[in-house]
Amino acid sequence: MEQEIIIQIKDANSFYGAKQILKNVTLNIPAQTVTALMGPSGCGKSTLIRCLNRMNDLVPRFRFEGNVLYKGIDLYGKDVDITDLRREIGMVFQKPNPFPKSIYENVAYGIRIQGIANREFIDGIVEESLKRAALWDEVKDRLHESALSLSGGQQQRICIARALAVKPHVILFDEPCSALDPIATAKIEELITDLKNNYTIIVVTHNTAQAARVSDFTAFLYLGDLIEYGPTAKIFTVPQDKRTEEYLTGKFG
Amino acid sequence: MLIEKMAELKHRLIEYATLVEGMINKSIKGLLEKDENLLEDVIERDEPKANNYDREIDETCTALIAQFEPLAKDLRTVVTILKMNKDLERMADHAVNISESSLFLIARPLVKPLDDVRSMARTASMMLKDSIDAFVNENVALARDVCDRDEVVDTVGEKILDDMASFIREKRDGIRRSLHLMRIAHNLERVADISTNICEEVIYIVEGKDIKHHKTEEREADHGPTI
Repeated sequence: MEQEIIIQIKDANSFYGAKQILKNVTLNIPAQTVTALMGPSGCGKSTLIRCLNRMNDLVPRFRFEGNVLYKGIDLYGKDVDITDLRREIGMVFQKPNPFPKSIYENVAYGIRIQGIANREFIDGIVEESLKRAALWDEVKDRLHESALSLSGGQQQRICIARALAVKPHVILFDEPCSALDPIATAKIEELITDLKNNYTIIVVTHNTAQAARVSDFTAFLYLGDLIEYGPTAKIFTVPQDKRTEEYLTGKFG
Repeated sequence: MLIEKMAELKHRLIEYATLVEGMINKSIKGLLEKDENLLEDVIERDEPKANNYDREIDETCTALIAQFEPLAKDLRTVVTILKMNKDLERMADHAVNISESSLFLIARPLVKPLDDVRSMARTASMMLKDSIDAFVNENVALARDVCDRDEVVDTVGEKILDDMASFIREKRDGIRRSLHLMRIAHNLERVADISTNICEEVIYIVEGKDIKHHKTEEREADHGPTI
């Protein structure tokens, strides 16, 4: 079965000043799958994921060359509206970063700034997003309490619900569990697996076991090069490149 | 995530076991009813299918260990499925051996009535079926029961060996036919043996107890080593 490719990264090169981070990375991301980007610190995995919704644009002296096509449209093209882009391609960060507002307002935020004020409509989206983020049952009776009163794992799920509320097609997760305990981590991983039925997910992780558990495809980056990319089951059992083999068996990284 | 993967893996193993059980039944039915088509079907169509299952389950188990790092009962189950996969592959080969010898025999006069072979096959195939049921339902009592039935098959096997020995003594022209019938009996005996292995594995999965060596010692003390 031929899978639809939702994001095509073509010859991506990126630089911080004179230092080159990504080197000719070319990668196709299939829709409605989980793709993991893994590699040791400094390999460029976070830089790469941030290129997918132009989070690097404001980084001083950052430069990007190459193309990122989302549904065939070049994200670095002149006519691209970054706000629209980030509505389509949402992001969840390493450290949960809820706004200092109520649980409800956190999730409603993205819709409100679009100028939508219909209470019933917003109620519906908040409930649906919290349900999809597997948080509804835990918070439905205290939607108007501060999101900061929640545990770390719950805060991360609020951030996921906030990302889901604006109806994205792709969600980028940059080390989503590195600040969480094992139980909260398991919940987020399970959630990622559920979400792929409706969204395309890309996860950056330095945790190889997590990449193995949650993803369908894995890309291994090392010193800015894409060393290997393929089905996760293959990468973790019979990697084709010696460097992947050595990374997975703990010889470096 | 692991739960679903394990369920999927078990499901594939059951499909494989059903195929192999069918192969054994067909190989004996082909002999008893002199049905060449059934025997050729086992060799030409079922065996390649069995090989595909073997490869696929092997790969799935390896990937599952690599990706999900199963522990405790999950680990015992995956490791056991790997072994059972090998067992089923062996049994599929036995069904092919039986079919080949049956093809030789059905074209020639009988060396002896086949009642023994029929009863041996019925017991061995039931043991295989029950060993898989014991695995699916984690039924330790059934697993132990299957282990106990192994002796029945061994006894019939020995009787067939004796019969063939006397037949060869009396009629020199039937040696090849006798050896083929012996081969069928031996392959059925292996199917029964392997079914008991599976049951020992089931007991290991459920109770974490390894009864293999204990049983072997017991059996050898009672009956001497099996051939």
